[in-house]
Amino acid sequence: MGDRLRRLREARGAVLGLSLVLLLAACGGTSTSSGGPAQSQPPTASMKPPTSIGAGEGQLNLIAWEGYTEKDWVTPFQQQTGCQVNAKYAGSSDEMVTLMANGGGGQYDMVSASGDADLRLIYGGDVKPVNVDLVPDWKNFGSQFKAPSFNTINGIHYGVSLQWGPNVLLYSKAQFPTAPTSWKALYDSKYKGQVTVPNNPIQIADAALYLMKTQSSLGITDPYELNQSQFDAAVNLLKQQRPLIKKYWDLASQEISLFTNHDVVIGAAWPYQTNTLQGANVPVADTIPSEGATGWADTWMLGTKAPHPNCAYLWYKWISTPHVQAQQAIFFGETPVNTKACSEMDTLQAGSCAQYHADAPASYFNTIKFWKTPLADCGNGKSDCMPYSKWQTAWTSITG
Amino acid sequence: MTVGALARGRKGGRVGRIQALLWRRPWMRAALLLGPGLAWFVVIYLASLVLLLITAFWQINPFTTAIERVWNLDNFRTLVTDGTYRLIIVRTIGLAAAVTVTDAVLAFPFAYYMARVASRRVQTALFAAVLLPLWASYLARVYAWILILNHDGVLNWSLLLVHLPPANLGYTNWAMWIVFSYIWLPFMIIPTYAALERIPQSYLEAAADLGARQGRATWDVILPLALPGIVAGSIFTFSLTLGDYVTPLLVGGAGSSFIGNVVYSNVGIAHNIPFAAALAIVPVAVMALYLLGARRLGAFEAM
Amino acid sequence: MEARWTRVALRVWAVGILLFLFIPIGLVIVYAFNVSTIQSWPIPGVTLRWFGQTWQDPEVRRALLLSVEAGLMATAVALVLGSMAAFAIHRFQFFGREVISFALVLPLALPGIITGMSLNSFFAFNQVTFSLWTIVIGHATFCIVIVYNNVLARLRRTSSSLMEAAMDLGASGWQTFRDVTFPLISTALVAGALLAFALSFDEVIVTTFTAGAQNTLPLWIFGAIRLGQRLPEVNVVVFVVILITIVPVVIASRLTGGGAAGRVEAVAAAEEV
Repeated sequence: MGDRLRRLREARGAVLGLSLVLLLAACGGTSTSSGGPAQSQPPTASMKPPTSIGAGEGQLNLIAWEGYTEKDWVTPFQQQTGCQVNAKYAGSSDEMVTLMANGGGGQYDMVSASGDADLRLIYGGDVKPVNVDLVPDWKNFGSQFKAPSFNTINGIHYGVSLQWGPNVLLYSKAQFPTAPTSWKALYDSKYKGQVTVPNNPIQIADAALYLMKTQSSLGITDPYELNQSQFDAAVNLLKQQRPLIKKYWDLASQEISLFTNHDVVIGAAWPYQTNTLQGANVPVADTIPSEGATGWADTWMLGTKAPHPNCAYLWYKWISTPHVQAQQAIFFGETPVNTKACSEMDTLQAGSCAQYHADAPASYFNTIKFWKTPLADCGNGKSDCMPYSKWQTAWTSITG
Repeated sequence: MTVGALARGRKGGRVGRIQALLWRRPWMRAALLLGPGLAWFVVIYLASLVLLLITAFWQINPFTTAIERVWNLDNFRTLVTDGTYRLIIVRTIGLAAAVTVTDAVLAFPFAYYMARVASRRVQTALFAAVLLPLWASYLARVYAWILILNHDGVLNWSLLLVHLPPANLGYTNWAMWIVFSYIWLPFMIIPTYAALERIPQSYLEAAADLGARQGRATWDVILPLALPGIVAGSIFTFSLTLGDYVTPLLVGGAGSSFIGNVVYSNVGIAHNIPFAAALAIVPVAVMALYLLGARRLGAFEAM
Repeated sequence: MEARWTRVALRVWAVGILLFLFIPIGLVIVYAFNVSTIQSWPIPGVTLRWFGQTWQDPEVRRALLLSVEAGLMATAVALVLGSMAAFAIHRFQFFGREVISFALVLPLALPGIITGMSLNSFFAFNQVTFSLWTIVIGHATFCIVIVYNNVLARLRRTSSSLMEAAMDLGASGWQTFRDVTFPLISTALVAGALLAFALSFDEVIVTTFTAGAQNTLPLWIFGAIRLGQRLPEVNVVVFVVILITIVPVVIASRLTGGGAAGRVEAVAAAEEV
């Protein structure tokens, strides 16, 4: 899998020009890679992380989910470290992977990647090992977040866990005096033209989760590991949903505007949208329906060519502290990985620790179906599952 | 004529000699003048286009999205066989055509008024009035329509005022149709006006002398003569709609994807540049065909 | 000649089209003074406070600065390369002249997304990191065409006998250029530069693919409209951008005598070949 990096290195010496383009085209490349992870070491595994943090470089370029770089905790960070934070919001894990890889990397320092992006970034050589000893709060993380399989390969950490949480069903209280109890509301023709869901192939998993609980004959056990017939059923459900959709939202803020302007009454969302809308006095609420929820477990990852590594490590330290973990958890409506954040949360907003499950046992964590990259390898010995590229193609056919 | 240059060349030292040399060999001067601009185009622009064409025959690693230089036709096969892309291509071309027809219908009477009815002063003022919106930020004009068409916007408010039900056009293909027609309208008006202005008054008088009524004169004399202008305008409205992705993204809803959106999301989100490249060839091919057709209708003489 | 009612109908139609063209623009201008953060109609009141807030916004300032920098540099590149190419095409007959004059206008004739994504993959292929320069390259590619067209059009209208006369009177090539040719084409150069700048300042499609992590003003607007969270600032920026793009164009059209159809003319020239 290292041949991408090798090719990059070859290309680096290249001179601009048509002759080069034609030459390379004529020579052609013959490299093929298997397209799966796991067999080998990631391309950056041998890069040695620093053993101490130097002086900040004055800048820090982040790719983040909306709500992850709020001024409440970014401003004090900038004041303390002199690192000016420049954040770019990405709408999906796919976009994060692309932004990190685009132009050969080197634009962004860090990315707040979710579980379905992590392995792609790691095996794409876009992120590099991190020295967790430089992050004092790492030892206070919940045990399942210190070296989770989604960001740690063969004992090498490719990032530091951040927060996690469930995707929710967001609804307008005017239309729903009582909370809907099932994801069925998103597929109900009663709300034709008033529904919004994320414009993200991973949304197929939400349909699969709904089918897993409502059509047991399909035999779905994991919404990310779908064989052809299970996959087709989920895609069909979403195709039926298409006429009901007002707009597929690319960014959380779009969904917020749609609700604010009364263009939609129900949608799939993050708790962040609920908090923001409620903060603006829009009568909405959210719920986790009886079928359960998909969710995310995010990791700040460090770009292979990060131009400001010291500021990045300072950010790692900062974002892992109990207070900042608590601030972000309450602002976004998610759960911190630092176990010491619970009391901070209750100080900031009484009852918020329990509300956002920061004190919940590990069993709660296991009820959420976290985003991960769908692979052909089903994980049960079979390899007839639909890989992510099929998900992307299918998603285009649903939304197109 | 060369005496002056030669005279300077004799006494003017190195500079003069170079000047003289350049003067004697015009191709050198041409090369010097054209060289930098041409180099820019060949090295950057044409090389990029060629690279794009080549990339269309490559593929990506589905897991890491790295480009693999394996020659194949899979991207094109997908384009042809997958119903989704056919639908998107048809939608894009269809809407581009609808916008073109709409603009032609809107523009013709206006251009006619400008060219043949309005006084010279009004004509100049109208010309400027049509051009100004063209330069008033594209995004600003799209954004204006978001404000108009959204649920709580001007349109629904106005409808309510006259006791009509709200239209709720925001985030629909209708919205795209309106916005595109709006944005590209000046591109249709200008060439149509130019064509109409060129029709000699005597033709119409001749038609009238021969007993043609006004409607007939318009139909039989003016329209055929204005047609090249309308076709010329249609080149803009059609090609600009064909290649757009910003308007569908901002005012389109579910099922509003254009070729440009799929290209954009394949570059910016899925990172499947080979497929995006293959798809990008579609509008270029469509435009090439369109231009061939337009040439036959005499659109190029009209410009 | 037209019947009276036809003239009336045509006039009504013309007024209707003008309203269609200008109401949306007028509306955006009104919204810039909207007191509310929610963009619904009618606006509840007027205020000037968003102007101050927008001016204070460091993101907007940075984007504005980047846009101005990129616009100026792209215009400079375009002035030099575009007018040189126009001279060459005008003065000399050589093999491939038609092909070259066609190639030069391709960037305006092809959909922007083609130019954008080919430059994007070109930069990626050559491991060029996105910077101000990649934006300038993208913009200059089409700005050159604008200057080229303006200068070429002026040269075609200018009789070459003036320059020949100067030469006959003993002026050197440089003197002829400085004292005769340049004054003749100077307004075309200024107009071309203004149009090129206006086009660069408003460009979004190509820029999306060549800016990387940076925001030009149109990219900021695009992002902010999509986010929908800072619409009061969007209103103000959009209002200002309309002014900034229209003013140069009005000046340019004065200089060239109605030549502000730059975009139309440039693309028309592309297809003439």
